[in-house]
Amino acid sequence: MSTATHKLLKGATGDWEMVIGMEIHAQVTSNSKLFSGASTTFGGEPNSHVSLVDAAMPGMLPVINEECVRQAVRTGLGLNAKINLRSVFDRKNYFYPDSPQGYQISQYKSPVVGEGEVLVELDGGRSVTVGIERLHLEQDAGKLLHDQSSSLSFVDLNRCGVALMEIVSKPDIRDAEQAKAYVTKLRSILRYLGTCDGDMEKGSLRADVNVSVRKPDGPLGTRCEIKNMNSINFIGQAIEYEARRQIEILEDGGEIDQETRLYDPNKGETRSMRSKEEAHDYRYFPDPDLLPLEFSQQFVDELKAKLPELPDQKKTRFVADFGLSAYDASVLVAERESAVFYETVLDKLASRARDGKVAANWVINELFGRLNKEGRDITGSPVNAEQLAAIIDLIGEGTISGKIAKDLFEIVWQEGGDPRALVESRGMKQVTDLSAIEKVVDDIIAANPDKAAQVKDKPQSLGWFVGQVMKASGGKANPQSVNDLLKSKLGI
Amino acid sequence: MTDLTSLTLAEARKGLAAKTFTSLELTDAHLNAIEAARVLNAFVMETPDQARAMAREADVKIGKGDAGPLAGIPLGIKDLFATKGVRTTACSKILGNFVPTYESTVTSQLWRDGAVMLGKLNNDEFAMGSSNETSCFGPVANPWRRDGSNTTLVPGGSSGGSASAVAALLCMGATATDTGGSIRQPAAFTATVGIKPTYGRCSRWGVVAFASSLDQAGPIARSVRDSAMLLRSMAGHDPKDTTSVDIPVPDYEAAIGKSVKGMKIGIPKEYRLDGMPAEIEKLWSEGAAWLKAAGAELVEVSLPHTKYALPAYYIVAPAEASSNLARYDGVRYGLREQGKNVIELYENTRAEGFGAEVRRRVMIGTYVLSAGYYDAYYLRAQKVRTLIKKDFEDCFAKGVSAILTPATPSAAFGVGEKGGADPVEMYLNDIFTVTVNMAGLPGIAVPAGKDAQGLPLGLQLIGRPFDEETLFSLGEVIEQAAGRFTPARWW
Repeated sequence: MSTATHKLLKGATGDWEMVIGMEIHAQVTSNSKLFSGASTTFGGEPNSHVSLVDAAMPGMLPVINEECVRQAVRTGLGLNAKINLRSVFDRKNYFYPDSPQGYQISQYKSPVVGEGEVLVELDGGRSVTVGIERLHLEQDAGKLLHDQSSSLSFVDLNRCGVALMEIVSKPDIRDAEQAKAYVTKLRSILRYLGTCDGDMEKGSLRADVNVSVRKPDGPLGTRCEIKNMNSINFIGQAIEYEARRQIEILEDGGEIDQETRLYDPNKGETRSMRSKEEAHDYRYFPDPDLLPLEFSQQFVDELKAKLPELPDQKKTRFVADFGLSAYDASVLVAERESAVFYETVLDKLASRARDGKVAANWVINELFGRLNKEGRDITGSPVNAEQLAAIIDLIGEGTISGKIAKDLFEIVWQEGGDPRALVESRGMKQVTDLSAIEKVVDDIIAANPDKAAQVKDKPQSLGWFVGQVMKASGGKANPQSVNDLLKSKLGI
Repeated sequence: MTDLTSLTLAEARKGLAAKTFTSLELTDAHLNAIEAARVLNAFVMETPDQARAMAREADVKIGKGDAGPLAGIPLGIKDLFATKGVRTTACSKILGNFVPTYESTVTSQLWRDGAVMLGKLNNDEFAMGSSNETSCFGPVANPWRRDGSNTTLVPGGSSGGSASAVAALLCMGATATDTGGSIRQPAAFTATVGIKPTYGRCSRWGVVAFASSLDQAGPIARSVRDSAMLLRSMAGHDPKDTTSVDIPVPDYEAAIGKSVKGMKIGIPKEYRLDGMPAEIEKLWSEGAAWLKAAGAELVEVSLPHTKYALPAYYIVAPAEASSNLARYDGVRYGLREQGKNVIELYENTRAEGFGAEVRRRVMIGTYVLSAGYYDAYYLRAQKVRTLIKKDFEDCFAKGVSAILTPATPSAAFGVGEKGGADPVEMYLNDIFTVTVNMAGLPGIAVPAGKDAQGLPLGLQLIGRPFDEETLFSLGEVIEQAAGRFTPARWW
């Protein structure tokens, strides 16, 4: 499937190839939990968002939250995946205090979403398609607090029962860069769809990564699963470390134990959590409290019709409609907020056909550049889309030069205000009135007779005159008009 | 006033409406009867204050003329139903003194309709048993004794407290639950009427779960009419239980006395077990004759997979139970036995909190769901279940309105008599009833006669899905023919 050449790792016995698959747990954006009416709000007092169902009181029964089903289907559609009109909830049985029922309600044999695929862009215009194996809905667990007492552990059930989508990829990923790009792209799609906020710091998006190594195109090796990572950079580091660890073992004549490992970002290494022998027998069986989840094709079609434009489609449109480079278009669509900002600028422009590309340059170079410098993100930009559109309009209509526009941008960034009014009040308007410029031109020619004589032999020194006129006009003279005027006055 | 307790629910309703007596008088009569019958151990929690408060409220409503269909009727509640503010234990030590902050849907509907709660009734621990001997509160005595004997007999189970209390005139009716026969078998052992409605007819919300795909609530009462009145209030769709079915609840009482003329009644040949006592055989024939005399047509039918029902049931039910009971872990409520770490806390709590039969079923259930055994046991049992269901569908497709069978293979037995060495001996009690749960059908047990030792015996009628009405019509025919039976008071 891959069209990209991927990174191989060098070992003592030659090159090794990584084979990587991922399980992403994405918290579904919904007001209430998957099977109870309790709130999903993050950060409440411990155990303040817990219903009788979440606490697994005797006789309580789960009721499916239809909004979570819609979100899962929308996500499936966004991943170009098969939507299963009938799926089944199963119980995954295990004892742990973060799971009051003693089982997690999940989907085992019949997930709500089947096979799909994600196009992942890499540096240098390369790309790779990663297959999606399945997506299923399941309950999140609560949180254990071990630092509240020296002898007891406490449990906070606020997160318990919140809906998760587990998105399982095929083992199509071949190196750490692809893995990071895959998570980035998946996160972007989820955020465009509004089905997961993608906030990895809060744990809204977590990844389990399966890593194995093999000789290029050789038989698959034994894999290890690195659990519960919530940073894209750590995912990359963990994969690199884990692959090298496995290669070292194999080259020493050892064997890889299939096991679950944890990544320690402080030490930069993975360590064993439990072996295959210690793996739980989850005793999955269909949850008898819930009927199979069934919906019609019409339900799916209606959701599909209302799906927002996703990054791939948006990128194609930006390239086609505004002549953006593929790279610029990718930069703009990578984050939903950036794309929204750019499109708001487009909406406010007097002529998007004329200035669409200029606007892209301004958003990417001036705005993103400035935001990066100050460590801010687009949602906290001091210059809003309307202001930026006004600046671009002013350039496009010839009211200000590109150079003045940068000064104007700086003023708006610092002080705010309506760019058009600022141009007026601060006299930043470009002067295109020939009679006004003519006087300046005449004065400068008269003051520099030697240079005026030289320029006839060396037309390239005309630039000096242009600079002088622009300087004298405070940058407001229209450079083209100055050029034309100088040429005719100097007779070249 | 003690004879107020011998009224049927229908008679009491008339008396209350006519102001012959008040609900408070009726309630007090029952509270006195309960106090005098503590030796039966039917109630595990008496709630006299609450009962009187509810009775007074009912009297006010009756006075104003806006009484609900069960206004002022004192009932007993199986301890499997969560009752707000009243200890609910499922008769398991593991729930300790658990007091729910919520009311089960079924009981809340009874209170909505004006019924009065007398207290909580004994049952087998987590409804696992057929004799009420597994309760952490000890066994319940059957008000019936063999002629000339002082031997204490079991009332059946798991709704033993419900059946015993209704038979002994301690309450006018009781809630019960039935997973494999837990309403019908105790009803048959105590000469009471018990109906397990179609799966999905009553909400399971707030009922302590045993086996979710089989559990169903229903009433135990002293007459077919009384059971119809109670079921009407208990039944109905509940959005909090997605397995409850959203179809209207008919006026079941209207089915009482309706002609059964021309109805085809199936007699399943597979229920004629080898070594079945002659008196059961005789009772069955008598029942068939009564229905025939009322105009029904009897046909022999075949339910070929019947013999696999009990083994399949003892895979499916423990499997679900092993998972349903995982929540009793000592972490959030109920009993907690400390340990050095959380695993020990689980082990100590569950070892101490669960009785032997519950532990046995949790282990069986865990085993049959384990990797490598799932396909051979659980999956196969589910396939058998599908076949059992199909047996009944085929039978109903031929125009059969209901199926008549014995309710139990024997009359009540003595406390400690069965299952000591071999649990299967106890499990065989449900041989005629489990098929109905496996197929999700309604089944009613109606008293039909007595054995040679003077103990009551019952017949079972199995109906089409959601056709409880036909069972009430047919049950009434049997009740009219067989009469009603009351135990001689010895307590």
